[in-house]
Amino acid sequence: MTTAGTNPGVAPVLELEGIHKQFAGVAALRDVRLRLYPGEIHALMGQNGAGKSTLIKVLTGVLEASGGQMHLDGKPVWPGSPLAAQHLGISTVYQEVNLCPNLSVAENIFAGRYPRCGLAQGWRIDWAEVNRRARELAARVGLDIDVSRLLSSYPVAVQQLVAIARAISIESKVLILDEPTSSLDDDEVQKLFEVLRRLRDGGLAIVFVTHFLNQVYAVSDRITVLRNGTWVGEWRAAELGPQALIAAMLGRELAAQSAAAAAAPNFDTAAPALLQAEGLGQAGQLQAVDLRVRAGEVLGLAGLLGAGRTELARLLFGLETPDRGVLRIDGQTVSFSSPADAIRHGLALCPEERKTDGIVAELSVRENIALALQARMGVRRFLSRAEQTALAERFVQAMGIKTASVDTPIGLLSGGNQQKAMIARWLATEPRLLILDEPTRGIDVAAKQEIMEQILRLAQAGMAVIFISSEMSEVVRVAHRIVVLRDRRKVGELPAGSSEDAVYELIAAEHV
Amino acid sequence: MSEELRDSIEGHRGTGFAGPLVSPPEGEAAAGRFGGGLHFMRHRLAWPLITLLLLLAVNTAFNASFLHMEWRDGHLYGSLIDILNRAAPLVLVSLGMTMVIATRGIDISVGAVVAIAAAVAAWMIGGSVTGSVSRFPMPLAILAALGIALLCGLWNGLLVARVGMQPIIATLILMVAGRGIAQLITGGQIITIYYSPYFFLGSGYLLGLPFSLFIALVVFALLYLAVTRTALGLFVQAVGINPTAARVAGVQARRLVLAAYAFSGVCAGIAGLLISSNVKSADGNNAGQLLELDAILAVTLGGTALTGGRFSLVGSVIGALIIQTLTYAIYSLGVPPEINLVVKAVVVFAVMLLQSPEFRAEIAILMRRPTAPGVRP
Repeated sequence: MTTAGTNPGVAPVLELEGIHKQFAGVAALRDVRLRLYPGEIHALMGQNGAGKSTLIKVLTGVLEASGGQMHLDGKPVWPGSPLAAQHLGISTVYQEVNLCPNLSVAENIFAGRYPRCGLAQGWRIDWAEVNRRARELAARVGLDIDVSRLLSSYPVAVQQLVAIARAISIESKVLILDEPTSSLDDDEVQKLFEVLRRLRDGGLAIVFVTHFLNQVYAVSDRITVLRNGTWVGEWRAAELGPQALIAAMLGRELAAQSAAAAAAPNFDTAAPALLQAEGLGQAGQLQAVDLRVRAGEVLGLAGLLGAGRTELARLLFGLETPDRGVLRIDGQTVSFSSPADAIRHGLALCPEERKTDGIVAELSVRENIALALQARMGVRRFLSRAEQTALAERFVQAMGIKTASVDTPIGLLSGGNQQKAMIARWLATEPRLLILDEPTRGIDVAAKQEIMEQILRLAQAGMAVIFISSEMSEVVRVAHRIVVLRDRRKVGELPAGSSEDAVYELIAAEHV
Repeated sequence: MSEELRDSIEGHRGTGFAGPLVSPPEGEAAAGRFGGGLHFMRHRLAWPLITLLLLLAVNTAFNASFLHMEWRDGHLYGSLIDILNRAAPLVLVSLGMTMVIATRGIDISVGAVVAIAAAVAAWMIGGSVTGSVSRFPMPLAILAALGIALLCGLWNGLLVARVGMQPIIATLILMVAGRGIAQLITGGQIITIYYSPYFFLGSGYLLGLPFSLFIALVVFALLYLAVTRTALGLFVQAVGINPTAARVAGVQARRLVLAAYAFSGVCAGIAGLLISSNVKSADGNNAGQLLELDAILAVTLGGTALTGGRFSLVGSVIGALIIQTLTYAIYSLGVPPEINLVVKAVVVFAVMLLQSPEFRAEIAILMRRPTAPGVRP
């Protein structure tokens, strides 16, 4: 492998042109191109559903393109499988760490391609060689760890680097990182970036997919933007400012964020609470919490990860059973033994984990949207297929869900569209109180904004909302009142218009 | 999102996930991706049907009178009628099994429940040699047998839905214990039934067709209506595909699972009545032996994946008919008894491979390989 600098005179190591890809009748990619030069970090940007993941899958042999050309070092290639792509020198590190926690670091790095020795090099695994080379590779990504220890004994950040070490241990020319930073904290991200820069300087071409704009500018040399499955453009990172980048991704200027904040509260502060919790808690999960929400009010639940926000939501919704305190709805004491009970009282919960607790991937968008309403109506009062279709089409339109048809399996939709469908599922039940647990996580800027606007519109119409988010700026922007949690207990309440700093202060208070 | 997309796409290639019973167009769309020129070939029931027709053709080839039917003693008579009559118990058990499997479960106790129901009915009808008196009125005996079968199903359902046991372990308990219970009821003997009105269930005829056929048909029709005209089908699929999400959406998953096992128990109970009536006896040890395996096989052959979710009732019926036709073929072709299980296994294996879209795709790739651009070093 030859190494070269980032000067544009060098020939690209990988070049994709006119890539097409069809899915279930929908064109996921149309005439998309991508050029990678040796020794550069290339950010691949776009909203959810723009085609980034599809492009990467074509690039890594997971999917077969419907059309187009791919040149590696000037020669036409077409990886037919992920393995073939690896042999060509195209390596990938996926968003979730795809390693075996119960194997050692060295085993993880070489699993499936252990160096052999004895009887003409095919007989048994050369463990000394495995460990020696694993140490070398670990050092290359800046890790000084005992490679013979179990992977699970190291934190996620280290595991991420191990995944990179595994990827580059094959003679790599191109390294693809699909949202590598989503589970890392700031220090860990910086460390990862150092490693990436070092690998870049070694001549590797790195494709970097992320949702965090600041990270793009921190580390990448050039940017390719996709939108709705088409190629928008390719820029040097220095030439494309953040505003221009967002405009390229959205295809329009970003609406001022004040649009959301403008929503005035539409509730009577003297009105009795729709839902009231007194000393609600569960041993080991949440200490006694007092909470009240009125119709038309957006109550923000703020706190760091693990502060007990999700636990509180689960208690309110009957997913967990509280062992202390009382819950009242319209002043009547209630106790929920299952979500079905809570739903009957007009509650709805859009859970944090969309994939595991939300969507039923193989069922259609129509069935997914109708599910909660149907569950509320019971087995016998059946929504006919026509009624389900009408319901789903109404929400697809109202929420702007992008799908080929309402009969498309929801698993085929992008994350943001799945999330919109989940909210639609709950709006279909016409809830009095909607609990949204991290409704904007993992979705792009535009979808985020749309979802926030929807929430505020609903509150205006008289629905109570409990809004949970780890993005403090979001919480302070939409909430009429903010309940702050820390270490699984409530530490205070703040009025509307509080600053992010006020929330952080409350979290940090007594922390010393 | 990247993983989700891939998962769901690969999910579509799965054997069982060819589409739902309740909404056929999706099934066709999913199956359609694998080409196949004829429109008919894209239907998810195409392969099970082809298999059944193939087996019927083999039977006809070796036995010219196989398709022959005639009117004798006031009813239709022939090999096909015989197969249908004998398939009825398996069809019933397979329908119950389909619902259990759709909820991500499995019920391996059905054979034992067949034996228990048969034993209860036989004991209550009694072994009076005169043949005209029964110990208890026959309707009472039938209701008692079905009631016990329902209890068996509820027991399984409670262990799975309430206690949270793994379905295969939960039903293994009754699979083993059930044979003991059946033998306790029969006193360790084979109870011979002489009360002739009882024989009508398993060997009587109505409108010239076996009565058992009507029983299977009624159960099928009721279940079909239940899953297509109520939300049962949607709920069962949701629970089978993603139980957590279904629960969060307000589906009463536990009740649904309990009901599925209870239904499976009742189906096995009816099958037990049919079998004991047909052989005029109840054998605690052998009645319904290995029926659970045939039923699981029938469900799988019909295109329902063992991983739960999407299911097909029609598919399971066809699967049961395939197995009964195969059994018939093995006997009528004179396969030596000592190897007939092996022959059955080989045929079933071949059929399974043929029905697997992955396998067919692999074969297609192998045939295409020489023209594909070679990038693998």
